[in-house]
Amino acid sequence: MSDAVHYLDHAATTPVVDAAVEAITAELTRGGNPSSLHASGRRARRVVEESRETIAQALDCRPGEVVFTSGGTEADNLALKGGYWARRRADDRRRRVLVSAVEHHAVLDAVHWLADHEGAEVELIGVDQHGVLDLELLSASIERSPETVALVSTMWANNEVGSVQPVGGVVAAAAPHRIPVHTDAVQAVGALPVGFAASGVDALTVSAHKLGGPVGVGALVVRRDLELTAIAHGGGQERDVRSGTLDVAAIAGFAVAVELAVKQQAEHAQRMRELRDDLVRRVLDCVEDAHLHGPSLDSPDRLPGIAHLGFAGCEGDSLLMLLDARGIECSTGAACSAGVAQPSHVLLAMGCSEEQARHSLRFSLGHTSTADDVDAVVAAIGPVVERARAARRA
Amino acid sequence: MTRMRVLAAMSGGVDSAVAAARVAEAGHDVTGIHLALSRNPASYRSGARGCCTIEDANDARRAADVIGIPFYVWDLSEQFHAEVVEDFMDEYAAGRTPNPCLRCNEKIKFAAVLERGLALGYDAVATGHYAQVRTGVDGLVEMHRAVDHGKDQSYVLGVLDQRQLAHSLFPLGGSTKTEVRAEAAARGLLVADKPDSHDICFVADGDNAGWLREKLGERAPNHGGPIVDDATGEVLGKHEGTYGFTIGQRKGLRIGRPAADGRPRFVLDIEPVSATVRVGPRERLAVHRLRGVDPRWCGTVPGRLDGAEVTVQLRAHGAEHRAIVVAVAGPTGTEVDVELLEPASGIAPGQAVVIYDSTRVVGSATISATERVS
Repeated sequence: MSDAVHYLDHAATTPVVDAAVEAITAELTRGGNPSSLHASGRRARRVVEESRETIAQALDCRPGEVVFTSGGTEADNLALKGGYWARRRADDRRRRVLVSAVEHHAVLDAVHWLADHEGAEVELIGVDQHGVLDLELLSASIERSPETVALVSTMWANNEVGSVQPVGGVVAAAAPHRIPVHTDAVQAVGALPVGFAASGVDALTVSAHKLGGPVGVGALVVRRDLELTAIAHGGGQERDVRSGTLDVAAIAGFAVAVELAVKQQAEHAQRMRELRDDLVRRVLDCVEDAHLHGPSLDSPDRLPGIAHLGFAGCEGDSLLMLLDARGIECSTGAACSAGVAQPSHVLLAMGCSEEQARHSLRFSLGHTSTADDVDAVVAAIGPVVERARAARRA
Repeated sequence: MTRMRVLAAMSGGVDSAVAAARVAEAGHDVTGIHLALSRNPASYRSGARGCCTIEDANDARRAADVIGIPFYVWDLSEQFHAEVVEDFMDEYAAGRTPNPCLRCNEKIKFAAVLERGLALGYDAVATGHYAQVRTGVDGLVEMHRAVDHGKDQSYVLGVLDQRQLAHSLFPLGGSTKTEVRAEAAARGLLVADKPDSHDICFVADGDNAGWLREKLGERAPNHGGPIVDDATGEVLGKHEGTYGFTIGQRKGLRIGRPAADGRPRFVLDIEPVSATVRVGPRERLAVHRLRGVDPRWCGTVPGRLDGAEVTVQLRAHGAEHRAIVVAVAGPTGTEVDVELLEPASGIAPGQAVVIYDSTRVVGSATISATERVS
């Protein structure tokens, strides 16, 4: 058994890029609270504001539209809860929250909480067999009574199977009724071209650690005219909708990582696509009854770095464990409760059976991935699947 | 030593954590697994005593991290429900007193888990049970009582057969609980001070009758009936369901009047069909013979036992009784006829009779009938 580790779980988190590590460590030694009025505070404030400008430039938005948060989950919660409360306060009929059925739990659980505690009516809009939102269903849902829709949220690209969502179509369906649209673009920034202004969405979530920045920082990019109710109260540091002392070092690292990821996006995506296609084709070649989930490899509706594969007759759990023992780190792509893998809601929404939803693995590539990693997966997968199938029959 | 690949079942308690640590330290390639047994993890017992809560899973994971071994949670909740919980309910509904821990060892820990582990390329399952396995002179694997007789758990392992034993490791069998706790502390395992679990893991608050009342539903053959004096036939009180009783039980009968002789009464018989609970004085509990069905033998089928004096244990942490055990052909196939050399009391059908030759476990059977001293 080789001691080398092949990390193929970049969609969970990807290593911090060197330039970001430098920016973070430099800031950590300086200190200063950006809300303070003295020189140290002013210096820290300058770093935060320059980072905000860098991010704004990379994401095609205005600096004033960037609200720093503790990460993607907080940004999603702020958009959905804050957006819902503000919209309902303006007009009490607005209770419907329309989200795709394949959203991340940071969106799904937030809106289900609104349904359980705040009178929201959640509608999960279906997807096709490849995990792409059905725009006709969305339009029909909106048109049924547009005045009762509080907001719409669709992720830019799915974190499990990598399907890219028709955000433009969502905006086109919502805009005539002035219904705000939020998109969780956590997986998309750095992997696809993402422009806030051009997309027409009202709010967009981005997270640093998925694109080479540190864990614990992210942002909600949100139009100035979209009213949000604060979800946590305190110093009001970020436009009065988000409180808490800003983490200057993390924000500096975030900005460096976003800038780099966006600058290198086209070239990076091409390299990821080539590695991914090689991985998928060779795995499908050497394992019987294996199949790819999500849009086809040549489809433009697919994230470049994600390969979500099903292996009939296996438990995803067993595959994960056997690959881990061989130094190959991937994921079942499913949510955990008490560490117990639940069948993925994404695959279920795509029409998979519970059985199919349980026998899947997600390999996700990133900036440190090499052909060597792909070779390691291809070498291991045959015997691992065979063994997992035997365990299933045991 | 041959380096083995070992699955260490980690409940989140101190015993299984130390067991895993010892196997790892011995140089084996150990993977920790926690068995998720509840279909709804938050609903089983809360607090720090048990093996089914998220907190327990986290404790187990933390221990695995300290030991430095990989750790996974295996979801066996469906099998556990089908094999253990359903059986538990059926047995109570039939007026018997099951032992779900034996059942879990037989069907889950040393069956579903072991078989999956073997298929995945593991050689053995290690647990924190207090029992000893060693190879006997005949080359067969023997299971013996633990050195710490107060903690000995060979009774709940008495259902394991030769194949299961050959793939089982019980690293704590030679130690006392005190030593294990001290070792856990020395190893920096934070579960060192965690209280022992005693009750049935899926009965949240230890209220067996309450749990059964809620869960049995339609399956319960009755929801109340008379409590009858076994000698006179006099109705002494009422009960809310025969599943709330175990033979030998004294507490909770709530009989208003004392017996004529002023002595306490005990449950003698449970008749689920007529919903009758029969009570009487302590001496009527004395049993001198019992029948066991579904025997399971740890080694070879012990024809040589016939007629020899052995000892039997009739409940978890119960006393040893001298006995003569004979395998006989009965209506259910091979059965065991157990003659107790001194009477024992409070013997409930559904419990296991585990047969020992000195400290060695010979086998076990499920008690199906008892014969009172007349």
